[in-house]
Amino acid sequence: MNADVLIIGAGPAGLAAAIELRRLGAGRVLVVDREQEPGGVPRHSAHTGYGIRDLHRVLTGPAYARHYAALAGQAGAEIRAGTTVTAWAGDGQATLTSPGGIETVSARAVLLATGCRERPRPARLVPGGRPAGVMTTGELQQRVYARGERLPGRALVAGAEHVSFSAMVTLAHAGADVVALVTEQPRQQSYAAFALGARARWRVPVWTSTAVCWVDGRERLTAVDVADVRTGAVRRVRCDTLVFTGDWIPDHELARAAGIAVDPGTRGPAVDTALETSARNVFAAGNLVHAAETADVAALDGVHAARHIAAALSGGGGMDTPPEDPGPPGYRVPVTVRPPLAWISPNAIRFMGSAGAASLPSPGAGSAPPRGAGPVPPPRGRFLLRSQVFQRRGELEVRQGDRVLARSRARLIPGRPVHLDASWLAGVRPSDGRVCVALAHG
Amino acid sequence: MTAGRHGEAGGAADVVVIGAGVVGTAIARELARYQLSVVLADAANDVGAGTTKANTAILHTGFDATPGSLESRLLRRGNALLTDYARRAGIPVERTGALLVAWTAEQESALPSIMGRARKNGYDAMRQIPVAELYQREPHLGPGALAALEIPDESVICPWTTPLAYATEAVRAGVRLMLGTQITGAGAGPGGHVLSTTRGPLHARWVVNAAGLYSDQVDAMLGGDGGFTISPRRGELIVFDKLARPLISSILLPVPTAQTKGVLVAPTVYGNVLLGPTAQDVDDRGDTATTADGLASLAEAGRRIMPPLLDEEVTATYAGLRAATEHRDYQIRVDGGRRYACAAGIRSTGLSASLGIAEYLAEAMDAAGLPMRPRNGSVGPPVMPYIGQAGTRPYQNAGMIAADPEYGRIVCHCERVTLGEIRDALASTVPPADLDGLRRRTRAQNGRCQGFYCAATVSELMAEGPADRAPAGSGRQAAAGQPA
Repeated sequence: MNADVLIIGAGPAGLAAAIELRRLGAGRVLVVDREQEPGGVPRHSAHTGYGIRDLHRVLTGPAYARHYAALAGQAGAEIRAGTTVTAWAGDGQATLTSPGGIETVSARAVLLATGCRERPRPARLVPGGRPAGVMTTGELQQRVYARGERLPGRALVAGAEHVSFSAMVTLAHAGADVVALVTEQPRQQSYAAFALGARARWRVPVWTSTAVCWVDGRERLTAVDVADVRTGAVRRVRCDTLVFTGDWIPDHELARAAGIAVDPGTRGPAVDTALETSARNVFAAGNLVHAAETADVAALDGVHAARHIAAALSGGGGMDTPPEDPGPPGYRVPVTVRPPLAWISPNAIRFMGSAGAASLPSPGAGSAPPRGAGPVPPPRGRFLLRSQVFQRRGELEVRQGDRVLARSRARLIPGRPVHLDASWLAGVRPSDGRVCVALAHG
Repeated sequence: MTAGRHGEAGGAADVVVIGAGVVGTAIARELARYQLSVVLADAANDVGAGTTKANTAILHTGFDATPGSLESRLLRRGNALLTDYARRAGIPVERTGALLVAWTAEQESALPSIMGRARKNGYDAMRQIPVAELYQREPHLGPGALAALEIPDESVICPWTTPLAYATEAVRAGVRLMLGTQITGAGAGPGGHVLSTTRGPLHARWVVNAAGLYSDQVDAMLGGDGGFTISPRRGELIVFDKLARPLISSILLPVPTAQTKGVLVAPTVYGNVLLGPTAQDVDDRGDTATTADGLASLAEAGRRIMPPLLDEEVTATYAGLRAATEHRDYQIRVDGGRRYACAAGIRSTGLSASLGIAEYLAEAMDAAGLPMRPRNGSVGPPVMPYIGQAGTRPYQNAGMIAADPEYGRIVCHCERVTLGEIRDALASTVPPADLDGLRRRTRAQNGRCQGFYCAATVSELMAEGPADRAPAGSGRQAAAGQPA
């Protein structure tokens, strides 16, 4: 089977990309998803607040997911749920497995939009027994919203990010008595209103500077030990459910197995500002490249990637063009961060000719861009960062070599998005090496 | 011989085997080849649910056993038997070979004696390899290795499919499997023994004690000679993500020293990488918790052996308990007068030696007076569902999917387990009693997401049970995938 574009993952990023590609006349667009229904993670998130930035309306997660799937179908994209990419070498050929059988699809461009997941308990190396009752928010939401399970008894939430408060609400909905949210951070990391609301409406405190250090129970969870990370003092909290929230990791397995370069910070595929990966005509968007942002941000990524894919294909390019190594070139300037900043996305600035991607010269062909070339802006005209520390009034400094390109105020909270407006892009020189973002006084 | 529900009052079983771990199931399978009525009882709700399920999953050659010991002899025999049985039953095995790596001068100086010991154990294929070759074969090995021995026949095996295959064959040959049946006492009865159990009395002419961590307690109940005491030794292990699998090609063994047995790094047949075990004596025979110290010490050792391994995600951590005794060798005794046999103290080589132990024990029971006449017509090894990574799984098999689309419906994405396989497991000869049992039969939920995506769906399938999910078309016989 042939397709112009194969999109892997029918969440917000993949579906939004499909709609935009069809609008731009990109030909046959095939979206595959291993889950039984398209829509991605929002399908299981019953709370409202979806669609603000992309659809300019407010929907629940399931409504938002249905809306996007319907729009993609109407736009003429072919959506195949229950279909897994079971082999892919980073080129245009992919093996698809579904109840209908095993088949190979040959595409001119590929968009990876496989999203992210929360680190489960083993990945966090929390010692103790292995009882039932320990789960991630993802599992919790499916159990409660998709399957209607009740979770009576006491519950503890590890984490105090946005998603942790979402888990708290889900637990309360399922009949659990939420004892507390615990975070190793010195403060909670969500909106102040969430924490106030948690205290006022559900009477749930946030225990800061506190780590889960032991899971007790053989068959069923009976208790959790928590430690004060400053003093080491340990106390036992009786509970029946423990939910590990946040601590996102991209679902990057397809990309890594195919040998696509991975950014050490985001751990997703390294992408340039056009959202192209280290493999030519393989793009990546959504929470695969910045785990985790809200669904609307992922969807706007998808639209951004779609425009660059369409430009690449309209120039006659595609997987059948010679597979020259696309990086690291004179036309991609890496963007990095210095600790205590954790990561930045996208990971490189793409330069291209004024006619768009199709006129991109053969990578590595020379050190200077052609006349009229310019930097490609990132999605939404901004870079996304994460910080490992709190700073109420931090200042980000953007440097290329000795030159300071920009300084920008930012409020830094671990796990929360930090935005860096890309208006300084015009000052980047393709031949001057990497751009580094750091705390001005860090 | 008694037919039907032998063992209950009114009809004594010829043999009751206590303990359905890898040793007990192997013994039951062996006895089932003869005209005997056999009951296999275990307190757990599944076979292989104790020490058997949590180990390093290596099919040992026995090169480092104590020469002249029973363990050495039964390991060698068991390895040969299991290698053949695994091929016929579709038990995942990968012959990766092992490299025993010396990191210090002391360890290096121990290598000649290790080679000498291997030869005494009848294993001649070991050779020393140059350090350059070691790093060529294992380019991700940490710096500082001084010397290495190659043991080409060490393999990795599926520790879950193995006892299931034995139990499946045994049950199909007429063995009565009584799970959730704890032995609480024993006395003399009309047919020989009467065992008190949590499910009522069991009558037996002979009793075999294969109770693993509890074998000393069972021995005491049956009036054994009390010549051994079980001291559980806990081993913690870390399983790394499948993305770590390309880092390693062979099992990397430590050189045991006086201070420590050391930590190994090994591939698994599921395509992961294993790091462990620790060794800590514990009092509680049910204490399979991991510890902060244990995990930290493994991480430290792993960072020395293979630094990039620690950059990969951890998929699982677990701890197993070895049934160690004060003796170095296996404690296998047969007492014809009391019609009691015991296979205990099988510390950490039970998986590899299991078929050798069973064969040896059956011969000894025969010699001690148990009448053993071969059954007419053999059941033979069952063809087990293939859950390894090296061969072809159902989701990769176009023919199976065409015959039954449920083999194309992937439910657990991390491990690529299909609805068809889950359905087959629920309807199998020895079905799972809970989610852990389903994991051991299919790998469902054993992957990197640990249920983030599939836990709710898999739980629901488990709760539904086998009803209403009859396979379409050619059905269950097609369930087994093809080992490579």
